[in-house]
Amino acid sequence: MSDRNDIGSMEQLARRVRAHAIRMATGGGCFLGASLSCADLLVYLYTRVLRTSPERVADPTRDYLLLSKGHDVPALYGTLAELGYFPTARLANHLSTADHLYWHPNRAIPGVEFHSGSLGHLLSVGMGIALDAKLSDSPSRVFVIVGDGELNEGSVWEAALVASAKGLDNLVLIVDRNGFQANVATESLIPLEPLGDKLACFGFSVTDVDGHDFTALEAAFAELPRRRGRPTAIVARTVRNKGLPSLEGRADRWFVNLSPDEVQMLLDELHGADRATLTSAPLVVR
Amino acid sequence: MTAPAETYGDALRELVLGDPRVVVLTAENRAAIRQLPDQIGDRFIDVGICEQTMIGMAAGLAVRGRIPVVHALATFLTLRAFEFIRDDVGIAGLPVKLVGGVPGFLSEANGPTHQAIDDLAVMRAIPGMHIFCPADASELLAGLPAVLTSPSPTYIRFNASPSRLHHAPFELGWAEVLGEGNDLGVVSAGLLVPYVKEACDLLRGEGIQSRLLNLRTVAPLDEEAIAETASRCPLLLVVEDHLLVGGIYQQVCEVLVRRRLSVPVVPFGLPGRWFKPALLADVLDHEGFSAAKLAERMRQAHRSALARSTGRGAPDPAERLSSALGGRSPS
Repeated sequence: MSDRNDIGSMEQLARRVRAHAIRMATGGGCFLGASLSCADLLVYLYTRVLRTSPERVADPTRDYLLLSKGHDVPALYGTLAELGYFPTARLANHLSTADHLYWHPNRAIPGVEFHSGSLGHLLSVGMGIALDAKLSDSPSRVFVIVGDGELNEGSVWEAALVASAKGLDNLVLIVDRNGFQANVATESLIPLEPLGDKLACFGFSVTDVDGHDFTALEAAFAELPRRRGRPTAIVARTVRNKGLPSLEGRADRWFVNLSPDEVQMLLDELHGADRATLTSAPLVVR
Repeated sequence: MTAPAETYGDALRELVLGDPRVVVLTAENRAAIRQLPDQIGDRFIDVGICEQTMIGMAAGLAVRGRIPVVHALATFLTLRAFEFIRDDVGIAGLPVKLVGGVPGFLSEANGPTHQAIDDLAVMRAIPGMHIFCPADASELLAGLPAVLTSPSPTYIRFNASPSRLHHAPFELGWAEVLGEGNDLGVVSAGLLVPYVKEACDLLRGEGIQSRLLNLRTVAPLDEEAIAETASRCPLLLVVEDHLLVGGIYQQVCEVLVRRRLSVPVVPFGLPGRWFKPALLADVLDHEGFSAAKLAERMRQAHRSALARSTGRGAPDPAERLSSALGGRSPS
């Protein structure tokens, strides 16, 4: 169990990652809602779970993290930059043709293991990596973050069938269960619950956890694999736009393109000031 | 030294055993690799009827340094899993080798769902994708080592049909000339090449000398060989078991336009329709691609071109095609 200091430093790091994501939500904008829902997960995984580091990006024994719902990449950019994979100053290049920091991840960014953008791809890509780790006796483990809306894609369930058939117990599927797909609540469109039961039926060893509670995450990830011979699934209950009470859980604030003033208001809100009132039009882009 | 491999399965086994990077995947399509599970152990990976998952996994394996050789029927591979091939293999430029079974006429009596007659069009649209169309089993085996060791993603339009052709040594991206002549230029690739060769031989006995170009790889395309054939011959025929859209015919036309070569081009392919499902010999006969039918069509095309050049007023084959296509120009 991590001590209070660890948790405090993770909270601070997560706040910095959120601030980066908010700063990326201007001059073209970004998918802020999904970025903020998985920021704590990414910070937790990179600081407490993943056996990798900026020095190990080519080490074949490292652990892999794959962001299958690639639109939340601002949180990944922020996390990787904060942990030294590339300079934080580079984040200012978001959406610039002079760099590769665009709306979905790609391997030109140090620490990004695979590109994504189209939903429903990286569980199977992660399975290929996990299978190779087994074939080559590598201790590598593969963590794949999918969105809950992404679970509409049949390819996720097809891959899930095969993952358990192949006994990939070095594979961890993490669902960022923020309750929303692009425009609406998941349960109002294509209900997923009981999600844990569904994943268990597909052969995963499943845990449900509060995706913003570092102590709870510590328990959920304490022992991997959770069951020998089976892939693990962790359903992380999260909140869209977590950290910004004015935007939390709002269906209309998924992709946002903020004015510079609004960025400042949200940064202030993130750091404890009053709720911001956004005047920019809600924008939904897919 | 062991004897040269005689089947695709044997050749693949040798390549797997000789290179620890090579792994074999299949979406439960084992027709050509039935004996491999016993021979290569855990490097044989059957994912079940899951083409998309197979491609994703192949990309993951490749990003770790493996060379995955994946198997599925050509339509399900190139169409069901198209976006996975485009995104996970194509964007990353990973050396995944995509083996599409029963392409083109080889789907025989399966019907339109199984007719990969658009596979060249879709695979060609992926930047960096190589496409290998072996004319027969010996060319398949000859090309396999080069294709597997190339760093490029590659679609293999699987064809292990026996033939009596004697091929020049295989070099990736180089076409092969299977007959010399200046009366007719014929461009083809894959299954139909032996039939075209036989048709050319029939015409040769009648005094019509054909230059037959077997492309072997449709990407990279041997543009020089196409241009040379076009500049030598007064008429170019393109023979393919593919739709005219996005197939070899259109690629040949693009080469001619790019190089400002003006020569009539007549396609023998599938002009916007599925072919009649039947056993292969009957399909070939029905659709006009048996050696005898091809010879007859080639004879006619040659006669028309000759008449046109000597001003005897027979319809221009290109014009006839144009009207068959509803007035659109074929080249």
